[in-house]
Amino acid sequence: MVQLRRLAGTATAVLLFAAPAMGAGENQLVVVTSFPKDLTNVFKQAFEERNPGVTVEMLKKKTTAGVKYIQETAANNTSDIFWASAPDAFEVLKGDGLLARYEVKATGIPDKIGAFPLNDPEGYYKGFAASGYGFMWNTRYLKAKKLPVPEEWEDLTKAVYFGHVGMSAPSRSGTTHLTVETVLQGLGWERGWALWKRIGGNLKTVTERSFGVPSGVNSGEFGIGVVIDFFGFSSKASGYPVEFRYPSTTTLVPANIAIIDNAPHPDLAAAFIEFVLSPEGQELLLDPKIRRLPVRPEIYERAPDLPNPFAGEIGASVYFDVKKSKARYNLVNSLFDVMITYRLDDLRAAVGALHEAEAALAANPNEEAAKLVARGWELVDAVPIDEARSLDPEFAAIFTKKRRKATDVVTGRQAEVEREWDAFVQANYAEARRLAEQALALLR
Amino acid sequence: MVSVRGHYGAWAVALAVLAFLLLFLVIPVAQVIYVAFQHPNTGAFTFVNFVDFFRNALFRESFFNSLYVASMSVVVATLFAVPLAYFTTRFDFGAAALIQTLGVIPLIMPPFVGAVAMQMIFGANGSINLLLDEYFGFTIPFMEGLNGVILVQSIHYFPFILINLAASLQNIDRSMEEAAQNLGAHGFRLFRRIVFPLAMPGYAAGAALVFLKVFDDLGTPLLLNVNNMLAPQAYLRISSIGINDPMGYVISVILVAFSLFALWVSFFLTRGRDYAMVEKGGGGLGRRELGPLGRLGAWLVVLLILLIVLTPHIGLLLLSFGTIWSFSVLPDGYTLAHYEEVFSTALPYVRNTVLYAGLAALLDVVLATAIAYIVWRTDVPGRRILDYLGTAAVAIPGVVLGIGYLRVFHELPVPFVGTPLASWWVIIVVALTVRRLPYALRACTAALQQVSVSLEEAAFNLGAKRLRTVRRIVVPLMAGGIMAGFVTAFATAAVELSATIMLVARESDAPVAYGIYVYMQTAAGRGPGAALGVLAVVMVGVATYLSHRFVERGRRVEEADRRLAVAQGA
Repeated sequence: MVQLRRLAGTATAVLLFAAPAMGAGENQLVVVTSFPKDLTNVFKQAFEERNPGVTVEMLKKKTTAGVKYIQETAANNTSDIFWASAPDAFEVLKGDGLLARYEVKATGIPDKIGAFPLNDPEGYYKGFAASGYGFMWNTRYLKAKKLPVPEEWEDLTKAVYFGHVGMSAPSRSGTTHLTVETVLQGLGWERGWALWKRIGGNLKTVTERSFGVPSGVNSGEFGIGVVIDFFGFSSKASGYPVEFRYPSTTTLVPANIAIIDNAPHPDLAAAFIEFVLSPEGQELLLDPKIRRLPVRPEIYERAPDLPNPFAGEIGASVYFDVKKSKARYNLVNSLFDVMITYRLDDLRAAVGALHEAEAALAANPNEEAAKLVARGWELVDAVPIDEARSLDPEFAAIFTKKRRKATDVVTGRQAEVEREWDAFVQANYAEARRLAEQALALLR
Repeated sequence: MVSVRGHYGAWAVALAVLAFLLLFLVIPVAQVIYVAFQHPNTGAFTFVNFVDFFRNALFRESFFNSLYVASMSVVVATLFAVPLAYFTTRFDFGAAALIQTLGVIPLIMPPFVGAVAMQMIFGANGSINLLLDEYFGFTIPFMEGLNGVILVQSIHYFPFILINLAASLQNIDRSMEEAAQNLGAHGFRLFRRIVFPLAMPGYAAGAALVFLKVFDDLGTPLLLNVNNMLAPQAYLRISSIGINDPMGYVISVILVAFSLFALWVSFFLTRGRDYAMVEKGGGGLGRRELGPLGRLGAWLVVLLILLIVLTPHIGLLLLSFGTIWSFSVLPDGYTLAHYEEVFSTALPYVRNTVLYAGLAALLDVVLATAIAYIVWRTDVPGRRILDYLGTAAVAIPGVVLGIGYLRVFHELPVPFVGTPLASWWVIIVVALTVRRLPYALRACTAALQQVSVSLEEAAFNLGAKRLRTVRRIVVPLMAGGIMAGFVTAFATAAVELSATIMLVARESDAPVAYGIYVYMQTAAGRGPGAALGVLAVVMVGVATYLSHRFVERGRRVEEADRRLAVAQGA
């Protein structure tokens, strides 16, 4: 009995001591964000210190889930701010009339970063940091495995990097989606996909979330990772033996912040945005665990190791078309998964065999074998649909329609289209591998 | 048995418990099964979702991968468990205590926490492979894809086989063995014809449990980036496509079906063991002394297994104290900074865990005591149903329960709080309560069975009402068992991830297990995540130790009582 009394006492004590914050208070700013704790904690703490009595609740959701959350709670909105990377997500919310217009008071921020407008021209959302895309590598790993440092995307397709590259999938990571789409826009649909599939053939793994890529490079699980710039910079600033590089086919896209329409605390929300854009807020971005590119040019003087986009230190050659990206968002995700993520073993087998055949060919030229290899690469590169079809709204709709109510009837199932693509891709990879082996047999 | 007719109290309690189990176990699971058979476009009854599932190469692959990983984990866990069980029961060589400890150490580390540490040690460029490559020029793909999941799971769950098998071996009648020896059976033949068949039920019960646990586990494959298995696919479908995607529900139905099957196998075989024990004579196999060489060999095997079993712990400690650990055998340097960070930012997770697991464990022992009392001390019709329902929760994977709650409660607002029940923190407590109820139920039933009915009858005769009897006689006498049930439920609830990961709506509501998952997702290193993991392991370790103490104390008291009774009788 004594034990039980003690047990009951402990439980009550626990309850009293641990009663969690209930509901949203008067001075609680609610921020829906896709950013990791390394970023949100720093801004939360700094803002709370400057505004005593105010608490910031960071509602962490993946970008897509955040958009859905705001849409679903619009009727009884309890969130003040949406804070995320992907401009397309803000476009979606703006289109639904779920963002409030806000005029920024802070001055000294340029209108454009590279060729991209920093803020929404209609004033609904603001860029607070910029991000570019590229790859990072582990210097110890490259040295131990005697691998050269890659410079351009095309380098990652080379045979030396077979099994040494890691990346995430666009369906699982918004930043990976931006990377994939940037290359598709920069090189064109066919050449872009060919590049991704050949890099795909060199992949060691497709990680479950975008964080898996820097973690894998940092720990040395694989040597090179396709990442957004701040993953590379923050890993390096945390002390890992890694480097990051922007290839020339890249773009700078702002990460954004906006006030949600009908926000419960519009003044607090405005104060938070002004803080994020202020010189002190911008300087927080230099935190070793954040390392995003500030939008105030003067901040770069305090961070000589960060490339300054305003001084032309990043040769971002691609103009990122948000509308195009938005039109085929889910389709690109699905296509990448069908062709690369879920057929990784078949793709690797085909690309590995082609690498081997090419190496043999270089030592022992043979016209017939060269033709077989070239045909094999064509099969690996082939995409089941062309760019026009990817932008056809009717076709893309198969990937976005959902049955929301019991009475809705949806035509065309995503699973059916994916099955067709899968059959196409699987047959091509198998044939490419067969051709490569045939070429090898000729050369022996 | 005391009659209950006319006592509405027992009825009311039974109905309340039944209502809780219906609302939070039966209805959510039934809803999940129902949706799996609903046509996604029209809502009519159909098998089309299952057809879609098996026509999709990815899902087929996930299905076979889950089966393969669960089966292989049983095989590898067997390789760890069989030598240990055999050595302890067959030979005297002074390692018994060591092996008993072995039986607990892996269980206090949640497998998904160990997974990350194992990657650093056994990974493609982890410590072991870097050393192998440097000195011998080859590497072993311990952690490649499914191998990693199998290794992590079998290290974590092999104690289930060890405990059950050791118990079986100890229960073998020595006269059986002697009879066989007299008839001329020796060595392998003796093992194959006598020892193996008699030990089989215990082994199979443990193996079925391992299969079930591995088949359902979500955290380990997720943290190892293995997605082409059933539980991760269910989670990814629901979290990225939405709660209307039928595939998540189809996977849930398959998970439940296989869990029930494994559980049935386990029960069936354990019952078989009870039959064998009817003929029980002498305790266990004949023990032998080992020669010096044999002793050395046995020690080497035990130490090797101990080393393998401890790698997740060693790796986690190194990660939590290490500065930079990149493509090297050991971290570059050591620091306390990660612990500082954890103590300055992660305490809300710990607080939430203590609150959730504490409340859940409290609810569990209340429910379990009520169920045990109703089943064993009253004659409320259909009372066994409560027992079956409470135990059946063990067969419901966390992912499935999470999906069921989201589906049933996501449009049910809680009065005065303003959020739907599915995203209110209390739902996490409820999920943990349901998930851990079987553990508490087992402990409380055992405790109640040890309380003699005559004591209650004495109380009734002295005029005490039922409630008073329960409060003053039954519950105090059950205290040890209730306490053990509380602590077991607490310890296991504290590191549960598969249901919580689906139900955590905001980070300020998240428990430690979720915190570890979040902390591991950073480019700035896994040190703080590992430090939080160490904290969780210590928490569970202390709780497990306490539970062990309560059970032991109960046993000692019981022993003393028996001696007293014998003395009085004499």
